[in-house]
Amino acid sequence: MPQVSLTVNGKRHTVEVETRTLLVELLREKLGLTGTHVGCDTSQCGACVVHVDGTSVKSCTFLAVQADGASVTTIEGLAAADGTLHPMQAAFREHHALQCGFCTPGMVMSAIDLVNSHKERMSEAEIRHGLEGNLCRCTGYHNIVKAVAAAQEVMHGRAQAAE
Amino acid sequence: MAEIALSTAPAHLRHGSNSGQPLTRRDGLLKVTGAARFAADHHPPGLLHAVIAASTIARGRVVSLDLAAAMAHPGVVAVMTPAHKPPLAADPDAKTNPFMFRLDLLQNDRVRYAGQPIAVVIAETLEAATEGAALLAPRYQREPARVGFEDATVFTPPAVGVGSPAEVVVGDVAAELAAARLRIEATYETPAQYHNPIEPHAIVAAWDGEKLSVDTPSQGLAMARARIAGLFGIPAENIEIRSPFLGGGFGCKGMLSGPQVLGIMAARLVGWPVKLVLRREQMFGPVGHRAPSRQTLRLGAEAGGRLRALDHHTLTASSTFDDFFEPASNASHTLYASPALRSAHEAVRLDTGTPLFMRAPGEATGSIALESAIDEMAAACAMDPLAFRLENYAEVEPISGKPFSSKALRECYARGAERFGWTARPLAPGAMRDEAGLLVGWGVGTATFPALMFQGQARAVIRADGTGLIECGAQDMGQGAWTALAQIGADGLGLDLEQVEFRAGSSDLPDAGIAGGSAHTATAGMAIHAAGADAIGRLAALATGDERSALFGAGNAGVIARAGRLYRRDDETRSERYADILARAGLFEIDGRGSGAADPVALARYAMHAHGAVFAEVKIDPEFGQIRVSRLVGAFAAGRLVNPRLVRSQYYGGMIWGVSFALHERAVVDPRSGRVMNANLAEYRVPVNADVPSLEAILVEEEDPHVNALGIKGVGEIAITGSAGAIANAIWHATGRRLRRFPVTLEQVAGVAG
Amino acid sequence: MNLFEYVRPASLAEAIAAGAAPGAAFLAGGTNLLDLMKGGIARPSRLVDLTRLPGLGAIERGPEGGVRIGALVRNADLAHDPDFAQRFPAVAEALLSGASAQLRNAATVGGNLMQRTRCAYFYDPASACNKRDAGAGCAARGGERRLAAVLGASEQCIATHASDFCVPLAALDAVVEIAGAAGTREVALEDFHLLPGATPERESVLAPGELILAVRLPAAAAAFARHARYLKLRERTSYAFAVVSAAAALRIEAGAIVEGRIALGGVAAKPWRARGAEAVLSGQKPERALFRRAAEAALAEARPVGDNGFKIELARRIVARALALAAAGTPARLPALPASPFAPVPGGPHG
Repeated sequence: MPQVSLTVNGKRHTVEVETRTLLVELLREKLGLTGTHVGCDTSQCGACVVHVDGTSVKSCTFLAVQADGASVTTIEGLAAADGTLHPMQAAFREHHALQCGFCTPGMVMSAIDLVNSHKERMSEAEIRHGLEGNLCRCTGYHNIVKAVAAAQEVMHGRAQAAE
Repeated sequence: MAEIALSTAPAHLRHGSNSGQPLTRRDGLLKVTGAARFAADHHPPGLLHAVIAASTIARGRVVSLDLAAAMAHPGVVAVMTPAHKPPLAADPDAKTNPFMFRLDLLQNDRVRYAGQPIAVVIAETLEAATEGAALLAPRYQREPARVGFEDATVFTPPAVGVGSPAEVVVGDVAAELAAARLRIEATYETPAQYHNPIEPHAIVAAWDGEKLSVDTPSQGLAMARARIAGLFGIPAENIEIRSPFLGGGFGCKGMLSGPQVLGIMAARLVGWPVKLVLRREQMFGPVGHRAPSRQTLRLGAEAGGRLRALDHHTLTASSTFDDFFEPASNASHTLYASPALRSAHEAVRLDTGTPLFMRAPGEATGSIALESAIDEMAAACAMDPLAFRLENYAEVEPISGKPFSSKALRECYARGAERFGWTARPLAPGAMRDEAGLLVGWGVGTATFPALMFQGQARAVIRADGTGLIECGAQDMGQGAWTALAQIGADGLGLDLEQVEFRAGSSDLPDAGIAGGSAHTATAGMAIHAAGADAIGRLAALATGDERSALFGAGNAGVIARAGRLYRRDDETRSERYADILARAGLFEIDGRGSGAADPVALARYAMHAHGAVFAEVKIDPEFGQIRVSRLVGAFAAGRLVNPRLVRSQYYGGMIWGVSFALHERAVVDPRSGRVMNANLAEYRVPVNADVPSLEAILVEEEDPHVNALGIKGVGEIAITGSAGAIANAIWHATGRRLRRFPVTLEQVAGVAG
Repeated sequence: MNLFEYVRPASLAEAIAAGAAPGAAFLAGGTNLLDLMKGGIARPSRLVDLTRLPGLGAIERGPEGGVRIGALVRNADLAHDPDFAQRFPAVAEALLSGASAQLRNAATVGGNLMQRTRCAYFYDPASACNKRDAGAGCAARGGERRLAAVLGASEQCIATHASDFCVPLAALDAVVEIAGAAGTREVALEDFHLLPGATPERESVLAPGELILAVRLPAAAAAFARHARYLKLRERTSYAFAVVSAAAALRIEAGAIVEGRIALGGVAAKPWRARGAEAVLSGQKPERALFRRAAEAALAEARPVGDNGFKIELARRIVARALALAAAGTPARLPALPASPFAPVPGGPHG
């Protein structure tokens, strides 16, 4: 079986995997990082979004072997060591941008990448389009947009965090 | 601070200060950090993975499975088939109560719908189990599938929904229709829809002798436990089901589903813990759906718009082997006054999985047709559709003649219309365009949902340190039970929320009833409220009967519980801390029990419903027929709101489901094979964020002294109703096209359908 | 997913050799291939991971103003390259109207060309599909075919090509650079994908072992930058495949169209270049009636499958609209909803 070496949330791992093992299964079943969820298996719902080398990808459609040498960040790796939430996490919590919470980790990871790649203030329409790859069935879309709109101000140093 | 009165004054008149607060959810931190553990997140030692092989035919028999190929795949441990499975103590096709649904547990080689489990492969890894299932390569003896309404015999079901009569008649519909000055008749079609919570059904099951430990999402823990106990012939006490978080449910996690039981069977078969998670495509078959409908409405009205007859007929479909009949026509029972009213249902049996409750079952399906028809009748009367609805406002429940326990619908209409700017609406369709040239239309729909209660229990404890504990097997599928029920619990114990530990989501806790029917907060909330009152009562008895207590002899004057102290009602300078009362009595804790259920006397006397009005604006590209809902304003009255922030989220969610019902979701079924051809989240379209308009939910105050002591109605489902119809009506207003097949498609709207 | 061998070639030659073996498949972003493998539609015995090959990840501006896009350039990187987006705005708009941000982050330029159809029967191993299994028959013909091809379909196959990106590429005379055991060759993008005919299992001109090196846009393509749009009709506001789409690009001088380019998406097994319609535009004044005439010409050969004739009329309308939007001028900034009819240009072409 191939060996994969990767950094996950700042910690280096070397793991044996089958070639067909998906990144999400590696994270969930081998590394116990179950905050990344599987909702559709087919790269449509966005519950499995993680960052690979800083950009958001759907980890259900990404082979573990493809992540060899990469740096992966999951929802568990966002908060500071002292528990201080990432501004996006804080905004989701504060703006009630979640209901059942199953889509939330993927939504937060996508939203962070979206804000990181838009230094200028995004309009509501841009945020809505930018989150097209993350489905919320409950559906908390409206508050999610509010949370992202607030978090972008904090992330780009235009406002204080929600907490 | 919170207080509860121990005198006879009804609680809703003196409700505490935890309830009513727009608190953020208590589970928020867990959910934004990935620490909330859903069922599939569990990984006990020795875990094996199970994957279902599902039928690709809708009707026939499985002739063969290539067991050798599957078993030869590295990592495969076992293949569970009809010939090789652990024994069950009960027939999965037996049905001993109407809430029990027949399950497909490999009882034989028959196939009765596409997607039916026909084998389960258990392996060391998910990958191996998945490939093992693919290698089974089943061969079938195929029989023609019955797919559409035309393929089967129409009959009248014995009951629809949960025990409602298939036909209810008030007055003489034929005579009133004949006498009516204006009549319309229209037929509306709604498709099969699938719940599709983002969390697929998942189970981690572990046996220890005759004891069973289960992690699985459940909207009804006690019923699930009883079902498992019956199927496996073990005492319910031997089973622990944990379901602290559901990744959405919408009804498909209400009853224990076949695949969940298969996970338990697989664990039994191999003697190791097993995890079984459905693939998304497997969510389109064995876990329920909203049945398709063809609804015909016939309305008659006087020239001034007063209704004389309302006849709502639904043709729907159940499976060939079980009964669930979407009670769509019952949506016409409650909203519009009419001297003659008939709701009727007929059905066919198709080769599908059994349909089930799906968010606003019956109400959503019936509402889009009813609200469309009401709009058509208003147009026939040349009346503003809101004015028409007010003209036919029901002062008593039309189907029963009972007064409403409360009904603030007029205020919903008024507040919603004002906020929306409804008075500027031109009567004629096709009269509005925006600055970019898009067609603009405005529509209204009335929302309604019954205020139901099931039966639930709870336990409340006051501990030696003066803090509280609430135990209640409630289920949080996203609606916010962890927060709202704890708020009620804190009030019940006269404590601040931070001082109360709230335990829920496990079958070891008191049965809190099913989280469905928008009844959970009322049912579990009443149980918690009563349990708190019981605990406080017992604490008060300790104090008032003890001459060392400042409360000694309070007797008939009674005491008030507030902020961790009991006060004499007639002299609030005399009070005592909970902790001191318990300490003096030498008690570690004192507990109380409570139950919640509808009051049969009130039920007999009053019709109980939540109401609302939804106003929609759509923008339509006239050439392409592509639609966007650009504004949606809903005003809802649902009794007392425990947590307005949570309530608003439920309304938003429901309104977006209304958008989805009108414009998006539809199972595409192959007419030959009976298979769902869009069993994925790309082609089974639910709204994405960009589909969501400017949304506004207005919370209309409503005091209901009858519905229950807390005055709580439900909020989880109502907002779908009204919203879907409002959008359909707005499309007509924008285009002049009355589209009656949902979801509306581009080609219909653009007028280029073949 | 079946067990497979995973190889990571260090050079192009190694990749070509590894990919030529029967049962081998090239892996780049994997956004489509891995889904096909999970569904059992593709069962390669060997995956040849191209993503670490050197030299295929650059966006290079040519001396005359054209651009050469390496096959491994990610969709997102290309769409957000300011120079590229400015000179080829319709291509950027098409890219951003497809899939979602996460998929665009993973999907590559080469992979986009190689994506498979979204036909439900192709995606379903239990259904007959000539594309998946030559000679098996076409279950789509008697089934759900609302979105089936209306141009270039055959008795054997009515599937459409799902790419947005390829549509403006076809309009702008893109060229595909191909490498194989015998060396490199070039094929016009317009000729890269094959119509189904009697062999729908053959989807492109690539021979086994051949792979895409780069896609080139000629300098002349940049001349359309001021009047170029991509427009896509969808069944939800975003994150959906096209019902029909169109790329339109115009060179307008002194109030007349010097040259026009039109291609359609969602209508055929390949991005559909509408040369006949382009001829209608040449030398004419840009106006609605002309655009409608061009649209009629673009769909002149179209034939419905079952009752999907609506697609033909919607395709005409989307061509006419895309032309009108292009004539009105490329917006300075891409709309928040790329390629959407709901992102109208101020003073736009509606009523």
